[in-house]
Amino acid sequence: MTKDSVVRGGGSPMSGMGRRIGWIASRMRRARRGVGIGRAAAAAGLVVAGTVALGTCGPSASDGDLEEGGISPRVMADALHTVIEADRTIYARHVVNRLQDEEGVIAASEHWLDDKALPLPAQVFRMGAELAAEKSDDFYYALISKWPINIQNEPRTPMEAEGLDSLAADPSRPFYGNETLAGTTYFTAVYPDVAVAEACVTCHNAHRDSPRDDFRVGEVMGAVVVRIPLR
Amino acid sequence: MTRGGRFSRLWLILSLAACVYLGARIGGDDKTLFIPGAMTDGHHQIEMACASCHTPFGGVAQASCLVCHEAELAEALDAHGNRKFLNPRNAVQLERLDVRRCIVCHTEHRPAITGEMGVTLPLDYCSVCHENVARVRPSHEGMSFVSCASAGCHNFHDNRALYEDFLLAHAREPSGDPPMPGADPHPATFPGRFPPRRTPIAVEPGDRRSLTAADADAPAASARGELVERWAGSAHARAGINCGDCHGAPWTDDPPEELCGTCHVEEPRGFRAGKHGMRLAAGFGPMTPALARLPMKSEASSFALGCGSCHDVHDVDLRPAAAAACLSCHADEHSESYPASPHGRSWESELAGLGTPGSGVSCASCHMPRLQEGDAILVQHNQNANLRPNEKMIREVCLTCHSLGLTIDALADPESIRRNFPGPPALHVESLEMARARRR
Ligand code: HEC
Repeated sequence: MTKDSVVRGGGSPMSGMGRRIGWIASRMRRARRGVGIGRAAAAAGLVVAGTVALGTCGPSASDGDLEEGGISPRVMADALHTVIEADRTIYARHVVNRLQDEEGVIAASEHWLDDKALPLPAQVFRMGAELAAEKSDDFYYALISKWPINIQNEPRTPMEAEGLDSLAADPSRPFYGNETLAGTTYFTAVYPDVAVAEACVTCHNAHRDSPRDDFRVGEVMGAVVVRIPLR
Repeated sequence: MTRGGRFSRLWLILSLAACVYLGARIGGDDKTLFIPGAMTDGHHQIEMACASCHTPFGGVAQASCLVCHEAELAEALDAHGNRKFLNPRNAVQLERLDVRRCIVCHTEHRPAITGEMGVTLPLDYCSVCHENVARVRPSHEGMSFVSCASAGCHNFHDNRALYEDFLLAHAREPSGDPPMPGADPHPATFPGRFPPRRTPIAVEPGDRRSLTAADADAPAASARGELVERWAGSAHARAGINCGDCHGAPWTDDPPEELCGTCHVEEPRGFRAGKHGMRLAAGFGPMTPALARLPMKSEASSFALGCGSCHDVHDVDLRPAAAAACLSCHADEHSESYPASPHGRSWESELAGLGTPGSGVSCASCHMPRLQEGDAILVQHNQNANLRPNEKMIREVCLTCHSLGLTIDALADPESIRRNFPGPPALHVESLEMARARRR
């Protein structure tokens, strides 16, 4: 299936796959509606439907915190990125690069729990991003690349692809745009992720899942994507 | 009155009657009327605990699933944990399959479409997000998506023993496999690999001295010689735990089960998390073999499960609880094939004092294993923690004695499992070779 059709929701010529996905989607809709309703429960449902309808008018979504005079999504995204990038650089330089590559004290490993090793910079990044997303739905961030070790880190939305292209053309300027995902519009900012230490390139170039083995220090290896929902 | 008027009156009366009847039923204890279809094997024991999963008019909240399953998912380093999908870049994938919610893949009350592990999706669900896998794993070209999770290679939640580098790390190890049947089934030379138990107890016996039969403080009417004898030879007597410590003051002949939990904290917790104790945990009476879906011995059908059903509380000999107790209820083919299987004979041999201590494989060695927790070695009393999907037994159980290759093959061979591993598996899973090929 081509990436385009993925983005559009699967209307590709691979109709078998399309049908299967349609089938699964209908299962999901049913699951969302709630698990199977028996006949007795359906009868009860008819009687109580009206009552429930009255009870479900919940409070509306929180009002926009970005009122006039507040900070703009771009300033917020830039600020978030500054912190993310600073922490990421420090971890790569003063933890991984120092302990693994310079002093040979401890390795960084994808299977850091089993190997009793340091988590990879990308894993520290993602663990932080996941923890933050559990705590707050005001912003999200992710690490992506055109040459990913993990294909889940490939650009997934048209804006991610556009952002990476723009950084390839001019890494000095972040890419900004608005995109709508699952009904929510996001302010999306894409920043270059640069090989700040020798460790970045030695590891990626040697990794058996890396599509490239010629990264150099200082080069843009991927991007940090920050999203802020606009509501 | 017109015909229409009569009809609407009748309709109104019937509706009200239905309302009153259903209202009474839903408020009452017996809610069987509202069960839309038989529950999965996982939940059937607590079928009547509707409120454990359903919020009134709110469907099934994700939190309900997590109350019981969150800890084990965390332990399994859940490969598809909820938090991995919170980033909106997953929106397109989630629109096709919202893996953030358990019930999307595990829908209850749908026996007609429920497969192994309570999965209610068609088996090729992996294709929804991993359709392009062959692009980065050319070896997977042309493989059926139905086989990802069913052929012994991958597991949706728990890949701790299946990930590529784990395969490689263990593929390198020289095979420590015990001799296969045909050879001597329990050679005295095979080293014991199961550690002796080392259980911490919550209430330290302090400086109690160990006790003998003469110290027994039971009232004469209850102090039957045979019970006292057994107690005197037990770990309880050695630890200075006297009759009255359990039978209480005022004395009772039948102390409640919960009493064991005053000193033994971890074991009851595991017990209540598994199939043996989940009814108790949900506030129902104890599980009995009569309530089970697995084949059970008819003479055991009314046996109520608690600590005392496997452990004789007086002599506290742990060995009967490791196999004999299981076989007093379980009557499926795997269980019934056990005594004559290589594992069963090794256990028999250890019991007879022939095999090296720790070399015998009891039911519990595999399904309620002894696990290192810090300094302690605890018996995992949740029988489900090492059962299904059977890949979760690899690290904690099978690798104790067997090589990874043999283990993966055996666990993927249903016929061999059914007959309790009578010999080398007839099936071979290629994952080790595939991992090796990619390293080259
Ligand atoms: C010890 C190995 C190692 C080091 C050091 C390392 N990476 Fe990675 N990196 C990985 C692995 C493995 C992944 C894939 C992680 C995943 O998502 O599963 C990854 C992921 C990434 C990604 C996301 C795209 C992809 O490849 O999947 C980017 C971008 C990236 N790393 C950049 C860097 C930069 C910049 C540095 C230095 C600051 C760095 N890496 C240091 C191993 C490493």
